Amino acid sequence: MSVVAKKALGVGLAVAIVGVLIGLYVANFATSFPTPVASINSPVAGGGSNLTLETVAAVGSKFSPAHPAWVSYLAKSKGKWVHTTIFQVPAYSVIHVTIYQFDSPTGLRNPFLSQVQGTVGGTATLDGKTFRSIPAEEASHTFAVPELGVFVPLAGVPEEAKNPCEEAPCLPSVNDHRTITFSFRTGRKGRFRWQCFVPCGAGYLSGNGGPMQTLGYMDGFIDVV
Amino acid sequence: MTTTTEAASTPGPTRRPLWRRLLGFNLLTAVILAVVGYYLGWLLGHHIGGPSYKYESEANENDVALMLAYTGAVVGFLVGLGFANYPVSRLFGRPASLREKEEEGIGRYFGLCTDHKVVGIQYLVGIGVFFFIGGLNAMLIRLELLHDTPTVVGPNQYLTIVGIHGSMMMGMMTSGILGPFANYFVPIMIGARRMAFPRIEALTFWLLMAAGFVLMSTIFFGGFPTGWTGYEPLNDQAVMGMDSYIMFFALVGISMTLLGLNMIATIITMRAPGLTWSRLPIFVWSVFATSALMVLAAPTLISTLLMAALDRSINTSFYVAGGGGSSYLFQNLFWFFGHPEVYILALPGFGIILELLPVFTRKPLWGYRLAISGMLGVSLMSFFVWQHHLFVSGINADLRPFYMLSTEIISIPTGFIFLCFMGTMWKARTTFSVPMLFCMGWAFNFLIGGASGVVLSDAPTDTTLHGSFFVMAHFHYTIMGGLVFSFFAAIYYWVPKMLGLTFNEMLGKAHFWLMFIAFNSTFMPLFALGMAGMPRRVSSYAPELKGLNVWVSISAFVLGFSMLIFLYNVVYSLIFVRKRAEANPWRSKSMEWQVPTPVPIENFPPGPIPSFDFDPYDYGVPPSPGGGAQPAPAGA
Amino acid sequence: MSEPNHARRFATLWIVSTIIALPIVLLWVGPLLGPPEGSVQAGDQATTMTVMALIATPVLLLVVLFLIYATIFFRQAPGAVLEGPAVRGDARIQTTWIIVTSLMVLSIAIYGSVELVGGNGVGSGSGPTPLTSPSGHKVRVQVIGQQWAWTYRWPEYGGVETPHLVLPVNENIELNVTSLDVIHSLWIYQLGVKADANPDVNNIAYVKPTHEQTFEVRCAELCGIWHGAMFDHGKVVSDAAFQKWIAAMQVKFAPATKALPPFSLTYLPEPTRRGG
Repeated sequence: MSVVAKKALGVGLAVAIVGVLIGLYVANFATSFPTPVASINSPVAGGGSNLTLETVAAVGSKFSPAHPAWVSYLAKSKGKWVHTTIFQVPAYSVIHVTIYQFDSPTGLRNPFLSQVQGTVGGTATLDGKTFRSIPAEEASHTFAVPELGVFVPLAGVPEEAKNPCEEAPCLPSVNDHRTITFSFRTGRKGRFRWQCFVPCGAGYLSGNGGPMQTLGYMDGFIDVV
Repeated sequence: MTTTTEAASTPGPTRRPLWRRLLGFNLLTAVILAVVGYYLGWLLGHHIGGPSYKYESEANENDVALMLAYTGAVVGFLVGLGFANYPVSRLFGRPASLREKEEEGIGRYFGLCTDHKVVGIQYLVGIGVFFFIGGLNAMLIRLELLHDTPTVVGPNQYLTIVGIHGSMMMGMMTSGILGPFANYFVPIMIGARRMAFPRIEALTFWLLMAAGFVLMSTIFFGGFPTGWTGYEPLNDQAVMGMDSYIMFFALVGISMTLLGLNMIATIITMRAPGLTWSRLPIFVWSVFATSALMVLAAPTLISTLLMAALDRSINTSFYVAGGGGSSYLFQNLFWFFGHPEVYILALPGFGIILELLPVFTRKPLWGYRLAISGMLGVSLMSFFVWQHHLFVSGINADLRPFYMLSTEIISIPTGFIFLCFMGTMWKARTTFSVPMLFCMGWAFNFLIGGASGVVLSDAPTDTTLHGSFFVMAHFHYTIMGGLVFSFFAAIYYWVPKMLGLTFNEMLGKAHFWLMFIAFNSTFMPLFALGMAGMPRRVSSYAPELKGLNVWVSISAFVLGFSMLIFLYNVVYSLIFVRKRAEANPWRSKSMEWQVPTPVPIENFPPGPIPSFDFDPYDYGVPPSPGGGAQPAPAGA
Repeated sequence: MSEPNHARRFATLWIVSTIIALPIVLLWVGPLLGPPEGSVQAGDQATTMTVMALIATPVLLLVVLFLIYATIFFRQAPGAVLEGPAVRGDARIQTTWIIVTSLMVLSIAIYGSVELVGGNGVGSGSGPTPLTSPSGHKVRVQVIGQQWAWTYRWPEYGGVETPHLVLPVNENIELNVTSLDVIHSLWIYQLGVKADANPDVNNIAYVKPTHEQTFEVRCAELCGIWHGAMFDHGKVVSDAAFQKWIAAMQVKFAPATKALPPFSLTYLPEPTRRGG
């Protein structure tokens, strides 16, 4: 092979290797976006759609090999629990949210968020009973969409519970849980973030690290489409 | 087996068999020992950490293990390269051996080599690679900013990309000029056959390479959310990837300190007889001023990050308000390093530009002493201004007028450089070669950058602009528009001497023009974005700003493409065409161009070194006696 | 052909272009700079920006025109290898430059300091003990930054906390900015306020809105994953409307107010250390 051909081959090989490395690097970021849960809403008589979620104390290695001990939200899609925090909901409608809460209380850093805000009627139900606020130290998680003004505290499962759920998926029929329901209205289309406001990232400073700062656990998007 | 004897009577270097060369202290051994060291450190960390740390078992993270693993990896890496050989052999009373691998072929570029010229080229390639990695991250940032809500990457991923971009650039480009060019040319310019501490010189390079890998490994540990400034308490709150950032800057800090130390020792003690300070090339002066900053400021960074590491791993409270510490402590310590750091970036650029101007304008450097006092003034004042990064953070209000004054004052010596630039170009016979084009680009960019800095130094206007894209535009104009343009000027200027090959001029000019236009198109609108209310480090912004962001992103992609033109030039000119360069293609009177190409291994031919009793800026036609002296330009 | 008098030519070019540029900067560029003038402080900031632009104009013109002039007139003729004149410096020019630039920057520094102190911080966060404060009645509101939302607490209205900020027009507002966890930075764009929120620190900024408007509140210091999403919209309304609003808030958020700790300039709620 001539010298020029050898050089061309060398350069081509180097470019290919660099290209593959760059591709892997970019793919690493692009693939860590949780998959949106499409059409988890089922139409309800009188308009609106349903969103069913659960909060668990440990997401488990099946759903998250990297962080099995982290708290997380899960969503019900087509009858199965999936590990995602990106929910698609229709615009200009009422969304009825049901959250099965399996985690123990941590307490709110800012007790202001112990009051329900931004829901239809300004209230939510806890195990069937309507409430406007809960004691701040009983909060285990919150579901909040600040841009839409929605803040709902989720009460925790008491310590003495007989059958707590250790690891996801947690089933309401099996383990002790609290059920919180509320409704909120959506307006225009867009991508709105939601997050938990309880410092539930155990082991992190102020409780706000780890799962609180990673998409897919305690943070996500509401895609109004 | 790593040392070759200095005796010139050895009949030519004999090639040792392949297995012998693979088994010695080289890059392969270094990588293997790095992996071994990593796992040893990890094991040790788990033994120490264990279940005694409640938080560790709750968060399932062991920062102690990761820090020790990184330390073990770096130590293993350096030992594998052969850096421990000299101290250990001296410990056992063996005679001193100075040279490492200086006679062997291309392999010496991939290991510990004490020839400062080899280290210079290693730096050039190594920093170039990491510069491109940093640039790739910038492209990803702009890709995300095409959309006003997080779309391409998640918001926490975005912060990691932003952090890698900033940290990689800041960590690598501080040695961007001193590493490749000062290491290669300062000894030649001052008439020395080597640097004061050749082995330390090689160490600074390999530390930097290890640091780059440490930083990139953050993606395996969850990334870090703080950006390159690493502010506490967010730093403490972050997942394990933050430790990569801490280790990266600790290694960079050590590398910088040693690099600066080496330069100072060399410049002070190893100048040739007859080379007084007042005849030193301006580039050497800039290296000297920069090195003083490196030696004094970088250790602050190391100790600041050590405290951050302690906060993260063993629960101390230096920076945590809840435990009695203060978030202000980090800000102050970081910026006490951080402000001299940006002058470490800017000063070598000044030196390059003023060094190149006389060659291409065929005039002596105008205002040589003024330029030196400018550089030394900047160097000194840079320690007195850091609180301007904290104007709105709630510092004691009495402090602000003082720091406004000091920050305004530092722009005075900076202005001297522009006066010397203009004075040198006045009535010159300028050849607009590619290096000269980059010098002109520098002048425009640094002017904008410096002017925007004056706007930021005023606390009332800083209230509008702090933490916004205006600041981003300011420092990209000074660091990228200033330093990176001078970096490319130095490459096009000096590679013919370093490698003995010529760059293609057309491609060089295409690179410059596309880069200059795309650079301004990318960063000029950022001033407007900052004034329009867009904060830094966000992937969600107000929808009305989308149009401008799209313009900026597209310009950024063009800027990235201009770098590809440069890379194409590198491949085309240096690999395929390989046109030999003459010994002094720019007709420079500086000493490094008077030595032959390739530069002899001891810089000068054997025997006494040439006389340094000359003026390095002896260009130009002296004014004729009596009438005909140049009229002093008024007002300019 | 005799050499043209470059000095005179260039000086003329520079002075003429400066004379043309200054009014353009003052009348057209100036108003584009700076924040929208929603408050006295924002107005001050915008004025300062225009002043700085005016000062910068001759400097920028000098260097840019020089670069262009030098490129055109000080070239090496193609193929030639001539040398330029060997002038190494000029003491008069250097001294003039040093004096002029020193005076310029000193005047900027003095102007800025006077404005900072006289303007009660000009909307910036001035720490827990500002040098000066506006006299007379001040409406006090505490801005609490937390990861990742802003809330506002009103000590003079029973310590009620609200999720949005509504301010009365033409009143001096005293913003006490603090954080519950990491460093945030309150940036009220239209009102020209920027004050860092540090944990366990009270950072005071003064602002006086001048007309009714909506404004944007953003976070200007990287605080984690939702730093960019930590924004809010607020309103400046008339005094009467403000009183009505705050009364309605006290009713609406009565349950939350009962749960809140007593009003304090800083808070360090649990958990403060790592440990879950």
